[in-house]
Amino acid sequence: MLCAGIDIGSRTIEVVLVEKGSVVETRQGASGFDPLKETMRLLNGLKPERFMATGYGRHLLEVALDAPTVTEIKAYAKGGAFLFPEVKTILDIGGQDSKAIALNGAGRVLKFEMNDRCAAGTGKFLEIMAQTLGYDLDQFGQEALKAPDEIQISSMCTVFAESEVTSLLAKGKDRGHIAKGLHRSVVKRAVSMLKRVSVTEPLLFAGGVAQNPCMVRMIEEATGTKIRVPKAPQMVGALGAALICSSTP
Amino acid sequence: MSENYREMWKGLGLDLAAHDMLLNVLGKGYGDIYMSQKDRPGGMGYFDFVLSEVHGLRIKELLDEKAAGRKVIGSFCVFVPEEIVRAADATLVGLCTGADFATEEVEKLLPRNTCSLIKSAFGFKLGKVCPYIESADMIVGENTCDGKKKSYEVLKDLVPNLYVMDLPQMKSPEGRALLKAEYFQFKEAVEKLTGVTIDAARLKKGIEIVNSKRKAIHRLSSLRKADPAPISGLDALLANQVFFYDDPARFTDSVNKICDELEKRIEAGKGVFPKGTPRVLLSGCPMAVPNWKLPWIIETSGAVIVGEESCVGERGTRNLSDDSGNTVDELMEAIIDRHFKVDCAIFTPNPDRLGHVEETFKEYRADGVIHYGLQFCQPYITESLPVEKALESKNIPVLRIDTDYSMEDVGQLKTRVEAFIEVIK
Repeated sequence: MLCAGIDIGSRTIEVVLVEKGSVVETRQGASGFDPLKETMRLLNGLKPERFMATGYGRHLLEVALDAPTVTEIKAYAKGGAFLFPEVKTILDIGGQDSKAIALNGAGRVLKFEMNDRCAAGTGKFLEIMAQTLGYDLDQFGQEALKAPDEIQISSMCTVFAESEVTSLLAKGKDRGHIAKGLHRSVVKRAVSMLKRVSVTEPLLFAGGVAQNPCMVRMIEEATGTKIRVPKAPQMVGALGAALICSSTP
Repeated sequence: MSENYREMWKGLGLDLAAHDMLLNVLGKGYGDIYMSQKDRPGGMGYFDFVLSEVHGLRIKELLDEKAAGRKVIGSFCVFVPEEIVRAADATLVGLCTGADFATEEVEKLLPRNTCSLIKSAFGFKLGKVCPYIESADMIVGENTCDGKKKSYEVLKDLVPNLYVMDLPQMKSPEGRALLKAEYFQFKEAVEKLTGVTIDAARLKKGIEIVNSKRKAIHRLSSLRKADPAPISGLDALLANQVFFYDDPARFTDSVNKICDELEKRIEAGKGVFPKGTPRVLLSGCPMAVPNWKLPWIIETSGAVIVGEESCVGERGTRNLSDDSGNTVDELMEAIIDRHFKVDCAIFTPNPDRLGHVEETFKEYRADGVIHYGLQFCQPYITESLPVEKALESKNIPVLRIDTDYSMEDVGQLKTRVEAFIEVIK
């Protein structure tokens, strides 16, 4: 049976099609201001027999397609365990939320933590900071990684951090050093969340922010673990939803 | 609520336009959350009526009682002993603390990082929309948390009749002695207010009235142990909330009628959710009307709430006052003993509460505990971490939620609650 997993996040939407336990198609688009329309556009030409929705906008599809839903937590656990069967910990940092999930080593969620209502320490934070410093998003992590030094940033709130960065720039500080400091503050937050849950290896890092090499390196240093990053870290949720869909009777 | 109450509200000094707005929001919220539930017990019709008349008929009854010479006392806490109030033929009512109102006005008087419950009490007073506080002949504040005790210093200038009761913070002999002194002092204050001398017979009667209410709630709670659950957590919470407002005899009778109905349901194997629905125990801060946000999220996410370890719930109603004494002193001691057992997080240390959470979890055959902390409620939020740790060490799944009365985090909360239900399923 052809099953579609759809992950409607705050920044991006992913669609993964699974048939007989393997991925046959993946698609991705920006969520924009009309995520339902965007999802329909992504599904164009695809003929899945069943759907399973996850992500922030999952309830949109529950109404529009009568699709059953599953939370991002369970979807990431399922998708993560499919890619790395023995995974014990998953860190997912997306556009507006971040989560740490502890698993039993067989794909079952034992415990999880999620950031509260504020977007501090998420992809959105990094995106705005990159903009303030005049970096492209894909360049941001690489440049931060290259910086020989870092400046400590004390604000975690996006609005306050932006003023802090602006005043550092006005003092003539190097933007690479600031970039590195900003990454450090997101890492601190992510690691404290991980520690409340588990930092048992194998540890998988997923979500859009896992594409940032500076984040990966700093989390490895802070936790003393080797982190695994899937080839398409943003697809893990949609993949998990598709797999759950195909295993539901 | 009909037009004929407008004069009454005006007489109480309410802001009619603001009050209309509040009632509209309350009515809509109640419709969306309560009336959309399936298979509710027929007896809940009584509570629907009570809620629809919570600012109408019930206030008229209180004003009629006042006209007949009886007094109304308002309170914010289960430490205010209702037995003593009833013994003087007075009525104790819980004051409004369950919704945000006039927040901008409140933040001129209280720090922003004050919990929603305290802010709400002030908001209802400043916005002139609480007919209970306006009907009260005496308002009792109690020194529980720092937020409350400091805010009473501010409330004192807003109401003409605030009485502040001190409370112990440790379960020591000195702590009990303090509670005893305060309860005797409160008895005197009630006597002075009502002109009634509280003798042993009156105190016995007061205990009987309040114990009957508690027994009815105990009966309701124990029926919730059944799977499938015969009543939703939202409906049971509503009964626990109305406990603080309604005429006690009528309340007791109505809850018992619902229990009769639930017993038949259980016998027939019927419930409000299918058998095997994940069962959640709520634990933590009290939920006053109309604070139904978290229970509503839980019960629309595929779980049923089977108990509330809360002041509006088990913690508030758990024990009875022993009525076997024959003198005022003996009966007062019994009331003090009963209230000294309340395991509120203002006590340090507070090991009884953890024991009760575990006990309730087992007794109600719950699958997981959702700990509800009201943002900025230091006592309960501080306890939430050790409670979580202790429960998890016994393989009891726990989800810690810190939230307030606003609706802005509903999406986030829904994700967390749904994920927790996936874990305990």
